[in-house]
Amino acid sequence: MKVGIPKEIFPGEKRVAATPDTAKRLRKHGFTVLVESGAGELASFTDEAYREAGCEVIDTVGELYAQSDVIVKVRPPDYHEAAGMEEVQLLKEGATLLSFIWPAQNESLVEMLKEQGVTALAMDAVPRISRAQKLDALSSMANIAGYRAVIEAANNFGRFFTGQITAAGKVPPAKVLVIGAGVAGLSAIGTARALGAIVRAFDTRPAVKEQVESMGAEFLEITFDEDGDGGGGYAKTMSPEFIAAEMELFAEQAKEVDIVITTALIPGRPAPKLWEKRHVELMKPGSVVVDMAAEQGGNCEVTVPGEVIKHAGVTIVGVTDMPSRMASVASQLYGSNIAHMLDDMGKAENFKIDLEDEVVRGALITHKGEVMWPPPKPDKPAVQDGGAKVAAAKVAAPELKKEKKKSSPIWLVLAGVALLGIGLKAPDSFLTHFTVFVLAIFVGWQLIWSVSAALHTPLMSVTNAISGIIIIGGMLQVSGQSINATTILGFAAILVATINIAGGFLVTQRMLQMFRK
Amino acid sequence: MNTAGLVTVAYITAAVLFILSLGGLSNQENARKGNIYGMLGMVIALVATAAQESVTGYGLLAAAVVPGAVIGALLASRVAMTSMPELVAVLHSFVGLAAVLVGVANYLEPTAVIPGEESIHAIEVFIGVFVGAITFTGSVLAYLKLKGSVSGKPLMLPGRHLLNLGLVLTCVYLGYDFVAWGHGADHPGLVPLLIMTGIAGFLGFHMVAAIGGADMPVVVSMLNSYSGWAASAAGFMLGNDLLIITGALVGSSGAILSVIMCKAMNRSFISVILGGFGTDSGGAPSGDRKGPEGEVTSVDVEEVVAQLKEATSIVIIPGYGMAVAQAQHSLAEVVKILRAKKKEVRFAIHPVAGRLPGHMNVLLAEANVPYDIVLEMDELNADFPSTDLVLVIGANDIVNPDAEDDPSSPIAGMPVLQCWKAGQTVVMKRSMGSGYAGVQNPLFYKNNNDMLFGDAKKNVDAILAKFRE
Repeated sequence: MKVGIPKEIFPGEKRVAATPDTAKRLRKHGFTVLVESGAGELASFTDEAYREAGCEVIDTVGELYAQSDVIVKVRPPDYHEAAGMEEVQLLKEGATLLSFIWPAQNESLVEMLKEQGVTALAMDAVPRISRAQKLDALSSMANIAGYRAVIEAANNFGRFFTGQITAAGKVPPAKVLVIGAGVAGLSAIGTARALGAIVRAFDTRPAVKEQVESMGAEFLEITFDEDGDGGGGYAKTMSPEFIAAEMELFAEQAKEVDIVITTALIPGRPAPKLWEKRHVELMKPGSVVVDMAAEQGGNCEVTVPGEVIKHAGVTIVGVTDMPSRMASVASQLYGSNIAHMLDDMGKAENFKIDLEDEVVRGALITHKGEVMWPPPKPDKPAVQDGGAKVAAAKVAAPELKKEKKKSSPIWLVLAGVALLGIGLKAPDSFLTHFTVFVLAIFVGWQLIWSVSAALHTPLMSVTNAISGIIIIGGMLQVSGQSINATTILGFAAILVATINIAGGFLVTQRMLQMFRK
Repeated sequence: MNTAGLVTVAYITAAVLFILSLGGLSNQENARKGNIYGMLGMVIALVATAAQESVTGYGLLAAAVVPGAVIGALLASRVAMTSMPELVAVLHSFVGLAAVLVGVANYLEPTAVIPGEESIHAIEVFIGVFVGAITFTGSVLAYLKLKGSVSGKPLMLPGRHLLNLGLVLTCVYLGYDFVAWGHGADHPGLVPLLIMTGIAGFLGFHMVAAIGGADMPVVVSMLNSYSGWAASAAGFMLGNDLLIITGALVGSSGAILSVIMCKAMNRSFISVILGGFGTDSGGAPSGDRKGPEGEVTSVDVEEVVAQLKEATSIVIIPGYGMAVAQAQHSLAEVVKILRAKKKEVRFAIHPVAGRLPGHMNVLLAEANVPYDIVLEMDELNADFPSTDLVLVIGANDIVNPDAEDDPSSPIAGMPVLQCWKAGQTVVMKRSMGSGYAGVQNPLFYKNNNDMLFGDAKKNVDAILAKFRE
């Protein structure tokens, strides 16, 4: 099986679908890896590095496509200027394509793939289930984009992120608002926190509150009872009342925060307009808005996709190639996702399209001349519902505890009755011993609680030793005039009790010698 | 000379020394002194007893004490620290055996029974022998189970609770017989006494047989407690306060250890004693519970070494698996190297880790791990979020997040080491097999967890070798 890595042709795209490192992994899976000359150049991977990793470097794109059984790309296939034809047409019949495809937005492309008779898998259509996390390229890219968004914001922001007290005076920390706490949002929160900013976050799904707080940000809430969870880790469109309340919250925040990073996406729809023109105008001059949804039209009303503009003294960053700006790491992670995907599909030996496999089926766009997208809806609930579980556990725990405490009064009554019986019936000499017995139990009870848990084993061996005191019983019995049953039994008792005494004390001593600071 | 008075004073001194001996164990600095107090108390008690006018059989005494002491000393010096649970169990059985012997001997030749107190004395004898017999057979079986000669699996006879109850009731009936017509020169009560000894012996055996391997800490502490009560009962029988006091101390000590162990497993004492895990817990069986989500990541030794090199604060959680594999010595070497690199390395000990309360501490102490870096669960649980790397060696249920997160889990509510809150965890384990409680561990499926499969000793040795390169 030959896997081909062509050079990306989209203007400004620096990523590549495999790095020398991930190519090595593909080779481990049994694939032969072909790389178009210069494919990794913009991501700082030389042809030489690929050769060292055991890849074959192919000079022309036509030959690469002609030889490869599997083509791995980042961007959806497009018109190839140099080759003079569509990339799809370069694919040989029956070949497999792995790349981002965005089938909902690119119907004509899907049609073309079908016509060409190739098997196409969209990395953007991998279902978001736990098993598929390691091949979830959207999350890998979103993570990078979130990081880069903060860097872009810092680049356009004229102040420190962190507060500083200098000899020249005090500088307050920057206040960052992150809207949408998905993978990108959480990554942005983490990065902004690491730079020292005060971070707030908003999301329509209350379940993400814990994740936001675990990243060290404050979770903004509006008192409104509506869960925005649309399944699959995405939000859904909210009711008009909710949106009105949300806009009010944003208006208040706009006056305070220095940087806004918006990441809100609803699958299959244009990005919701959350940061209106009036919000931008409420912001302090010098503030920055980074609109990570720019490619889908933007969350901010004044965003110009692909550009950095100024509106009312506020910089609006609408760049759409965040991951490409971090080409090295983006290629590495995307390449890993691809390697995992090919691993899951049976490696080189058993490479096949398994329609029963939930992950493969979800990502499959065209196969054997048919359009396979969208897949039938899975009936399993996706992604973790950990938050709810934890809450349930917390409610249940105290109840369990209450039930257990009830039995004690019965025991108290029983003990009282027993004591009464003993007091009425037992002879005096017994009562004297009984007094000693009960007091000794209490002394023991108080004493043992103070024993350190680390010394519980020595405690057991030393109690072993001192319970050998039963030897006294044997000693009193061996003193008969002659050898009879009693003296024999007493003799045996002394023997075993002595083993206990000697063994118990000595092993305790041995253990205690070992405890050293 | 008033020897009786001197003996009493000697006994009081011995009792005080025993109390000081147990009190000394409250921390490591005083512990050795405490043990010396215990020895001193024992010597005083023995000398005082031997000096009594009524004790004359010195020949027999020496004939029993000398070999006993030699055997005891040999046991103590030879035993491997991993085998401490077995030694403790076998020593319990000796106390039980001695109690039975003393009880029967005492019945055969009652030492000055005060007229009018025959009944109470008979009850004392009977109870002493009963407890002694249970302790003896229970401990012997516990010893065999710990040693591995007998399978650790709980023995589940049908209707075993009814069987136990029947046995106890039979013993009560025999006791009634024994007390009612057991007096007299020709010892007519010997038959019911011996039958009861047999039944009690079977009862002890059967009770321990029903308890599974990881509940052993509770069993051993419970038997520890019984051996104390047996000594106490012998004290009543002989009218000897020192025996009563010592027995009561030991009995309550064992009882407290049992309570601590039960709390650490969030199980009631009764449910442990009745035996079996999961069979009596009611509720839904694991059938309709969905398995943990996520993917198990398996790593090799090299990656673990890289993680260890990167981490600055490391917590190690040892379990029974470490003891079985004897990995503690190599582990201690690794810890020494890591500490030399100025990393903060600590051990977290769950109360029920191992097969004996405090067993892990002894094993680590033997491997020369300083005791001030060996911490208890409560001391460390708050620190996990600020820990870089947690190494779990041969432990499972004690690091199961389900105990906190899933109220329907069989181990729900059991206090656990919250290692999943740390940056990264590495679990060293032989296989994906579930632990004693038979429940899946979602920790293994977490994103920040790696599994290092294989024998703990071999893996730790390999890690050590990498560090020495």
